[in-house]
Amino acid sequence: MTGKQPFEAVVAEHGATVLRVCRAVLGPADADDAWSETFLAALRAYPELPADANVEAWLVTIAHRKAIDVTRAAARRAVPVGDAPERPAAQRADERDLDLQAALAALPRKQREAVAYHYLGGLPYTDVAAVIGGSTDAARRAAADGIARLRKTYAAATVGEGETR
Amino acid sequence: MTMNHESEVAGLLTALPDVTQAELAALHERLVARADAGDLVDVAYRTIDSPVGPLLLAATPQGLLRVAYESEDHDQVLAALAEKVSPRILNAPRRLDPAARELDEYFAGARQRFDLPLDLSLSRGFRLTVLTHLPDIGYGQTASYGAVAALAGRPRAARAVGTACATNPLPVVVPCHRVIHADGKIGTYLGGPAVKRLLLGLEAAA
Repeated sequence: MTGKQPFEAVVAEHGATVLRVCRAVLGPADADDAWSETFLAALRAYPELPADANVEAWLVTIAHRKAIDVTRAAARRAVPVGDAPERPAAQRADERDLDLQAALAALPRKQREAVAYHYLGGLPYTDVAAVIGGSTDAARRAAADGIARLRKTYAAATVGEGETR
Repeated sequence: MTMNHESEVAGLLTALPDVTQAELAALHERLVARADAGDLVDVAYRTIDSPVGPLLLAATPQGLLRVAYESEDHDQVLAALAEKVSPRILNAPRRLDPAARELDEYFAGARQRFDLPLDLSLSRGFRLTVLTHLPDIGYGQTASYGAVAALAGRPRAARAVGTACATNPLPVVVPCHRVIHADGKIGTYLGGPAVKRLLLGLEAAA
């Protein structure tokens, strides 16, 4: 097929990936809103998208912008509760049992985005850099740092996994 | 960074709670409602079950645009609509509710005329003229290709009537199945001759 596929097929093919990315970046509570805003904006712009464009990278780019919007809207609503998400989680033994979602949420935003867009969104680091800003190397470093930190906070679930591959 | 590392990390991330079909279905429904409210669905579609197999129904805001038999390959039909009409296509069943209801009634023998806004923009020229005259053939009646050609103002264009019927974007609703050969032979049909016979039999029995 030379032309563009029906938008329904785009939702079917990429809907789950975009939701995983939104959840990783925003957490489950706000992910639905970001997903909806992403696909609504994508539907609006879809006729102008070049037929040979990388649809997944395009969607992740939109999701990134929508996630920022959702975060800002949430910040306007939120009551300040201190800086809990940014504390060094790995230094506290009781947080080793946090589930992975919580471990992700505890990452600095840039690391969380780099991990989500590369490992869940499937974007190469050049595209990740284009989305979050900065160099390709910086994007790769942010993802590596994020994964290293995730391993520390979520070590229990990965014990023994590395050796079998 | 090695592939090994990549797959190992991917393995780590599979511990994230997975996305379920029910969650995606709920999000899809919400997307359709908001897209519809924002006039962003250029082509809405759904499929219905019928005695002649699953039918794809597609509509623009103007009206019913396409009815397609399974033999036409619904995915290919939608891909063609994406190219010819707009790629803003969503499985948005509500717009097709009236068409689905009338087709159900028709197949139950309880409806003889379709009362639906149609979007005939997929057809042009003489083919379009033919389509606009096909509903003149009443329920349970048949007409020859030549007779339809005369109705459409080109009495010698029986062959072109055949082409118009074969490319009818709205089978069943625009009754090309009522066009047969002058000698009584049933002729070809885009849904296959068996389907044509079934439709004519249904109308004769009602």
